[in-house]
Amino acid sequence: MSKLVVIGDGMVGRRFLEAVTQRDPSWDVTVLAEEPRPAYDRVRLSAFFDGVSAEELSLASDLPGVDVRLGEPAVAVDREARTVRSSAGDYAYDKLVFATGSYAFVPPMEGADLEGVFVYRTVEDLESIKAHASGRRHGVVIGGGLLGLEAANALKLLGLETQIVEFAPWLMARQLDEAGGGILKQHIEKLGIGVDCSTGGTRISAVDGRLLMDTNREGVSYETDLIVFAAGVRPRDQLARECGIAVGERGGITTDLACQTSDPDVYAIGEVAAMEGVCYGLVAPGYAMAEVVADRLAGGEATFPGADMSTKLKLLGVDVAQFGAFDGPLATTYLDPVHGSYAKLVLSDDATTLLGGMLVGDAEAYPLLRASVGGKVPAKLADLLGGGEVEGTLPDAAQVCSCNAVTKGDIMGAIHDEGCVDVPSLKACTKAGTSCGSCVPMLKQLLAEGGVEVSKSVCEHFTQSRAELFDIVKVTGITTFSELIARHGTGSGCDLCKPAVASILASLSNGHILEGEQAALQDTNDHFLANMQRNGTYSVVPRIPGGEITPDKLIVIGQVAKEFDLYTKITGGQRIDMFGARVEDLPKIWRKLVDAGFESGHAYGKALRTVKSCVGTDWCRYGVQDSVKMAIDLELRYRGLRSPHKLKSAVSGCARECAEARGKDFGVIATEHGWNLYVGGNGGFTPRHADLLMSDVDSETLVRTIDRFLMFYISTADRLQRTSKWVEALEGGIDYLREVIVDDKLGICGELDALMAKHVENYADEWKGVIDDPEKLQRFVSFVNAPEAPDPSIEFETVRGQKFPAGTTARSHTQPVLLGTPERK
Amino acid sequence: MQTICEFDRLIPGRGVAALLGDGTQVAVFRLFDDSLFAVANRDPFMHANVISRGLVGDRGGEPVVVSPLLKQAFSLKTGVCLDDESVALEVFAVEVLGGEVRVGVRAEAEASA
Repeated sequence: MSKLVVIGDGMVGRRFLEAVTQRDPSWDVTVLAEEPRPAYDRVRLSAFFDGVSAEELSLASDLPGVDVRLGEPAVAVDREARTVRSSAGDYAYDKLVFATGSYAFVPPMEGADLEGVFVYRTVEDLESIKAHASGRRHGVVIGGGLLGLEAANALKLLGLETQIVEFAPWLMARQLDEAGGGILKQHIEKLGIGVDCSTGGTRISAVDGRLLMDTNREGVSYETDLIVFAAGVRPRDQLARECGIAVGERGGITTDLACQTSDPDVYAIGEVAAMEGVCYGLVAPGYAMAEVVADRLAGGEATFPGADMSTKLKLLGVDVAQFGAFDGPLATTYLDPVHGSYAKLVLSDDATTLLGGMLVGDAEAYPLLRASVGGKVPAKLADLLGGGEVEGTLPDAAQVCSCNAVTKGDIMGAIHDEGCVDVPSLKACTKAGTSCGSCVPMLKQLLAEGGVEVSKSVCEHFTQSRAELFDIVKVTGITTFSELIARHGTGSGCDLCKPAVASILASLSNGHILEGEQAALQDTNDHFLANMQRNGTYSVVPRIPGGEITPDKLIVIGQVAKEFDLYTKITGGQRIDMFGARVEDLPKIWRKLVDAGFESGHAYGKALRTVKSCVGTDWCRYGVQDSVKMAIDLELRYRGLRSPHKLKSAVSGCARECAEARGKDFGVIATEHGWNLYVGGNGGFTPRHADLLMSDVDSETLVRTIDRFLMFYISTADRLQRTSKWVEALEGGIDYLREVIVDDKLGICGELDALMAKHVENYADEWKGVIDDPEKLQRFVSFVNAPEAPDPSIEFETVRGQKFPAGTTARSHTQPVLLGTPERK
Repeated sequence: MQTICEFDRLIPGRGVAALLGDGTQVAVFRLFDDSLFAVANRDPFMHANVISRGLVGDRGGEPVVVSPLLKQAFSLKTGVCLDDESVALEVFAVEVLGGEVRVGVRAEAEASA
């Protein structure tokens, strides 16, 4: 097996490992990493101060055949012997890849090594800044570029009064012109952050436990508590220099367009590479290099496609974008001091071709403009410059997603040939929009251009979406399906709209789901309050809140299962499922369960299923909060709540996460100070980890926020849309969700709270409602003319000491399970 | 024809199962307009007697019942599966006489038998 050694485990290195293992898994790969933690999303580093944990920034993934040696930096390369020496040993290589990235540049300045002076590069840097900032009030950031503004944002999030000091005459001088930098400064000063341009620090000294920085400007100095250098980065090429590999004049390992260095067996990718003399400080070109080398190692001939240096960022809440050329023969600008926006478009001298430009304050036209660089101006100039979303047409060759090099042609192909009909399917098919996400609005436009009508109609009987029907029912107070379809639909309904409307009526607390006409709307499982199995029998799942159950109740379940000859199995949701119940036995089974204090577990409904828990502080040595109590409280609060799809939840008592809360629609993880709330996770067909919505909140805030999350979801989701897809489809995603249900941006929180209060107040056990009602009981019969006669066609056989539907052992398409264990009788 | 129950016992928009004298199982549906339909209760795809527990509605105006197992739709008039026309449910005759629902093998099926 050929040996590949990679030095460095950053974003580009990680992308390279993924690409290499995908294309040619035969490499035996060793990664030597200096940092103690696996690769993380450095681009989002300042999110660390916004409650996102280091773990959530992690890009770590298990890759086959890759040995990542964390905290083991490479110290020397012997190119003759083809070995790399690390702090712990020697590694032979056939091919070697430098992905060492950059280090933060600190200009030579007296006092730059004093306590309280930091750089802004790694999670460790951020942790030190956080520790030092605690209890202090003022900070200075040196650098007003991308990194400097990120750092200023971080200090502001830490609650410090913040001052930016920039040597250039305006902010973001590498991306913006003077007018653009001026508008940006206006926005930032409005946030209470000081900005001094044309200013450079000259000396730092310690005075009375604080820092004093003198500057090149007469009489200007800053007294502060901490100073962060964010004035750029330099390639980490030391190791390459020492082993004689050629480096560029201004640093960086010199490579050709194949990322090959002066030694043909050694490659360099990412910020450390000086490709044809140029170092790229953005992640997208680094990713492209990673793909190039992965292709080369697999025997391909890829070359660097050219760097797209376009960027779009939200810095301190201000949209800033730059694309293509910065300046050119013909430039047209638009400055709106009232709304604080600035736009500049650079055109060819005959005004036919868009060469580049920049947007500050309003960057909605960015996806269209960036994709149009090098082509025709895609819309009227006044529209493009004036702000707001712009529709335009792009040539097929236009690159829509620069992170993953996806062109408009690729997207249209996916729409027409692969049958993609929405943004999630386009993401899965083309990878477009999966990295920075800035092209997602563009994807929507292209779907429309491709003739995809994103129909949200529930079915042929209602042109409205589920969310619209929800609003209609809520506003009009309609309580029956027949009135709804008569006034707002056509025909007599079907298996799509009836259960959807039944769910809406139930969400809005309209009594027992089998009352009156509602009974006719319920899917078969809801109609019999049990889950139909393949042979027409049902499974029965009583609620066991939080998975906590007394021995007496366990015995009751055992007795009931024995009496009615039911197959029993522990479910994934910490409860017990009893299978093989005949429809006419359901009321008798439930009479016993209800008498013993059980309630419906709603395993049959699009409703809250379970809130799993770990044992938490009660028993566990590691638990930091009472997870079992919280799980029980949540399960009891939301039991019976009908929703567009099933809802699952879990509560973990510490960060070890034994309850697997991040795989749930809403998951709660205990912290030292309270709870972290995660939303939008699921297992199932496409597993997805939930996103952090809030951290370190108290129990009351936690429950209030979950109330709103659930009610906002129930009010606005599509039919059978799980929370994960719903959050993904929200324009603005999790941040928007937070604005709505935490900051109450839409002013609807009061209404959401009231809806949930109504649900909690009106909850009643559905099964108790049936066994106490002779009219409803009548429906639970095998035959209308022979109520107690068991269906003679239902037969069982015995396997592993329990009953199964007949034919279970003979089912031909299932794979034999042969593990050499003795057959249990 | 065999009497199975009182008409008022049927819930509009739902079905019931009935056991005929020869052991045949029939699914009987009452729609919202009080019309009645009867088809075989056995799901031809999964071979379980569950059709009576399916949801009814219409597809393009054709009254249908949807199997509760794998959700294929069957015409209540002809029994033909709209998702796979090679499969059909047997259709039974159904009538209301003196407030009672009666079900039987269809006349034309009897004639051809």
